Amino acid sequence: MTPAVGAVDRPDLGPLRPPGDTTGLFGVLKRRYLLKLLVQKELKVRYQASLLGLAWSYIKPLVRFSMYFFVLGVLLNLRDSIPLFALHIFSAMIMVTFFTDTLNAGTKSVVKNKSLVRKMNVPREMFPVASVTVTTYHAGPQLVILLIATVLLGWSPDPTAFVAAVLGISIMLTISLAVALAFSALNVTYRDVGNFVETIGMMVLWSAPQLYPWEFVADRLGPVGEQIYLANPVAMAVLLNQRAFWVPAVDSGETVMPDNLLMHGGIMLVCCLGLVGVAQLIFARLEHGFAEKM
Amino acid sequence: MAESVVVNHVSKTFTLQNARTLKQRFVRRSRSERVNPTFLALDDVTFTVQQGEAIGLMGLNGSGKSTLLKLISGVLRPDKGEVLTRGRIAGLIELGAGFHPQLSGRENIYLNAAILGMSEAEVNQKFDEIVAFAGINKFLDSPVGRYSSGMFARLGFSVAAMADSDIFIIDEVLAVGDPPFKKKCMARIREVRDEGRTIVYVSHNTTQVRKLCTRAIVLEEGRLSFDGAVADAVHHLRYDEDPSGDEDGEGGEI
Repeated sequence: MTPAVGAVDRPDLGPLRPPGDTTGLFGVLKRRYLLKLLVQKELKVRYQASLLGLAWSYIKPLVRFSMYFFVLGVLLNLRDSIPLFALHIFSAMIMVTFFTDTLNAGTKSVVKNKSLVRKMNVPREMFPVASVTVTTYHAGPQLVILLIATVLLGWSPDPTAFVAAVLGISIMLTISLAVALAFSALNVTYRDVGNFVETIGMMVLWSAPQLYPWEFVADRLGPVGEQIYLANPVAMAVLLNQRAFWVPAVDSGETVMPDNLLMHGGIMLVCCLGLVGVAQLIFARLEHGFAEKM
Repeated sequence: MAESVVVNHVSKTFTLQNARTLKQRFVRRSRSERVNPTFLALDDVTFTVQQGEAIGLMGLNGSGKSTLLKLISGVLRPDKGEVLTRGRIAGLIELGAGFHPQLSGRENIYLNAAILGMSEAEVNQKFDEIVAFAGINKFLDSPVGRYSSGMFARLGFSVAAMADSDIFIIDEVLAVGDPPFKKKCMARIREVRDEGRTIVYVSHNTTQVRKLCTRAIVLEEGRLSFDGAVADAVHHLRYDEDPSGDEDGEGGEI
């Protein structure tokens, strides 16, 4: 028998502290290598055993785009009243799809990683953050396609267009992160969240100026209704993206955009950052019960 | 002397059954039943482990051993009291926990090691050692979902055992694996112990605990009922009265 090893002093280990990472999103930033591996895992697993693989993330938006264009542009003839209607839809669709994708994948992210959450000590914020990152990875090429299409159609961007693009994308990323964090945590306790999320996805589709122009909203809702409409972060991100790509490609004077769009966008971004904070608080509160509730 | 694990008046309650829908909640409340019946898995447990100590955690099934390990590893949080630890923890709460069946052995090694807190450079440096220990060279690039249960367990043990940790947690890992591998595992655990790392070892195998640990803690129905020398713990548990007990051959091969 080996002689028993006595206690040793190891001053390099630092102070005693509770096990488990409670640093939240900052903890995720500190462990970017783990995040990278989780994102790679997600990308690999998502389309495994499928013939078309990653191509699905292009086929689905393409089919959706074609349907919208055919039904609304051709059958309902919105093509005539909205210049470059295809670009109008596509610049909006990128944003709406991004949001609904993070909403769906983000909500499931913690539950889907059940085995890790129950057995291993990982900063749990990793999972919603990874799922937003995966969606960003898929959305990147769509943005490139949009850029190419816009340039081909005669894009002449002004400085406002660039600011609008950055604002729109930032709003989209922050609101998606907030939603993914909050809903992934709520989904552990309340499986109602799945149904709730479907409902929100449907509402978002119709509550952003994607399939109809902002002009209709401005004409028919009145000043109060307009402000309520603009309080929707997705609608705001869509408008900013249209301001960045669609408006500069159309001859001036033919498009209607809300007044003070950039200011509204700036305020919205600050609000969304606040929402990320709130979502982090919700997550931290519920996270204690994750391992036992699954 | 430095404390490595401090468990201070820790209690943990589990909800037995969740009445989740509003209807169920309402019905339960109107019958004046408790909405969520609970179960006390750990009841006011207190002990301290010094850095470099190897303790055996013993007790019957359902006595709260796994709950305690999960609290120490940080997967669960105590309802009352506090758990404090020093340094990095590598846990084997379950062999191959966190392996994704669709990822290859190689990818799972990297992912699991990163979860245990290793950096990319560290994993690269230890990768060959991990693969060699697990003995899965040929299958390194096949998905682990197709591994035999023995290979799966070997890989799980290998990653956790090679990870740099200050506290090493092992829960009944040697229940799987063939005798040669069990022997290899025990040798590795002894190495870990001799490096001055803290070990918390859960096992019913009194021979293994006796040979590996200097101290044993016994849990009974969530309460700490014994804390002291291993031989006395075995006696306390009356494991020594049953000659057909858990003393299977492998344990003696240390």
